[in-house]
Amino acid sequence: MTILSARELIIDIPGRSNGAKLNLDLAPGQIWGVLGPNGAGKTTLLHTLAGLKAPRCGEVWLDDVELAAIPRREMARKLGLVFQDRQDSFPATVLETALIGRHPWLSVWQSEQAEDIHRAEAALGALDLRELGERLLNTLSGGERQRVAIATLMTQDPAVWLLDEPTNHLDLHHQVQVMRLLSACAHREKGIFMCLHDLNLAARWCSHVLLLYPDGQACWGPTESMLVRDALEGLYDQKLIELNKDDIRLFAPAND
Amino acid sequence: MMRALTILTVIAALACALSLAVGSVTIPPGDLWQVVLGQGDTLDRTLLIDLRLPRTLSAFAAGGLLAIAGALMQVLLRNPLADPYVLGLSGGAATGALLAMLAGAGMVLVSGAAFAGALFATLLVFGLAHGTGSWTPSRLLLTGVVTAAGWGAAITLMLAITPAHQLPGMLYWLMGDVSYARLPWPSIVVLMLAVIALLPLARSLNVLARGPLQAAALGVSVRPLEWSIYLLASLLTATAVTSVGSIGFVGLIVPHMLRLVLGNDQRVILPASALAGGTLLVLADTLARTVIAPEQLPVGVITALLGVPTFLYLLHRSR
Repeated sequence: MTILSARELIIDIPGRSNGAKLNLDLAPGQIWGVLGPNGAGKTTLLHTLAGLKAPRCGEVWLDDVELAAIPRREMARKLGLVFQDRQDSFPATVLETALIGRHPWLSVWQSEQAEDIHRAEAALGALDLRELGERLLNTLSGGERQRVAIATLMTQDPAVWLLDEPTNHLDLHHQVQVMRLLSACAHREKGIFMCLHDLNLAARWCSHVLLLYPDGQACWGPTESMLVRDALEGLYDQKLIELNKDDIRLFAPAND
Repeated sequence: MMRALTILTVIAALACALSLAVGSVTIPPGDLWQVVLGQGDTLDRTLLIDLRLPRTLSAFAAGGLLAIAGALMQVLLRNPLADPYVLGLSGGAATGALLAMLAGAGMVLVSGAAFAGALFATLLVFGLAHGTGSWTPSRLLLTGVVTAAGWGAAITLMLAITPAHQLPGMLYWLMGDVSYARLPWPSIVVLMLAVIALLPLARSLNVLARGPLQAAALGVSVRPLEWSIYLLASLLTATAVTSVGSIGFVGLIVPHMLRLVLGNDQRVILPASALAGGTLLVLADTLARTVIAPEQLPVGVITALLGVPTFLYLLHRSR
């Protein structure tokens, strides 16, 4: 079963030739990692899959309906996105920020009920933020704000989770915590699709990998078959060494 | 939330009562209450109901309208410094009003010209900022600031060529003057309709304050919402400016002060802005007509004198 699929999709990056047409199928339980150098179009792909940017050609389907035909609010109940950049123009507390995840689930006249607040608090708890609920967002560190954004998506509770570099700014412990959380969500029948820069996190936690090249070429498949040293060296234009230890694969830059 | 609005309602009622009681003839609270009950002597009744009440209600409505318009513009542009005045709306209104005065038109025509000028300024800013498709807050803000400077020049030009005997009326209009306001009901009705219309949109505005992409990802139809907010804010400003002239600082300071105290939930901020903006203008107008009575000060001077230090103090305290 597929919840999100790209069909013959070419993302629209100005001044770039078409490259490969993407045919991706995201099923519940899968964790996809998108790898590629800066400017390869990872964020554009994520925004296109979320219906925030029109593709150059091809279609995105969510639950067997074309994305363009789904009303925004209904889409937001099924699909959510953690952005790489966030605007905090006005002061807001951590709990208020997590609670906006309930927006698509409430009608115009409804306000947040005890159950919504409970969900938001549970999400903050899962990301070690429960103590910070009343703090203002602009007093938090970058890593804490990143975790608030993930908690907001968790409060939104869609079936498809798109995340743009979710481990940005996070310390090692919280990187692992976030990847474990995403993996647990996948076990609860969510489909996870994220951009990553850390090959080792991708090797360890992703079930599938999409390699995105700067010229628009792409290849994708199960992690074991895709994360091979030769392909990654070509992708990043960087010599790598590969280590295997206790069934964990590690990649590190090689000495030139 | 309800507590804050209740407190603001009580303060607003007290401010209105004060404004009705104070003036050339001071009416004690007991007599005021008699008139409210439909009794009291006829002189008091005439003074209150025919002279002071329209003025108080006009001031309250205009203050509320300007504060809501400011709050909306700030969310729309995600910039706490945005307000209808910065965007040149009042400049357009003032140009329209002064043109009508220069042509020797009566008060009704001057009001109509002010309304037309505000709407024209809105369309001008919108059209210019929209020009090549992208419609970013910074572009809108800059377009507004630049057209506001243009309106300023037009106003100065008109003042320079106006015969001396017409100048005081124009200057008073430019500085904001409630004493011409005799018909408070249109403003009051617009204010009430606006608050009712905005309540169901308020949660969407909270999400919009996080940026348009985030709002879209959370199910908000961003573009239609932005258009409606901009048009509504322009309409509210035009209504306010038409009834009391050009009064600054209310739209900038009231929402900002409320946010520092109440947070940024539009479901609270929008009705609270209506109440606090109205209260501020009623108090300012009461001061304006009593400080150097029987002379009257332009109310815009009072809002600036009250607003600026309060704003600076709150900003200082919050750091």
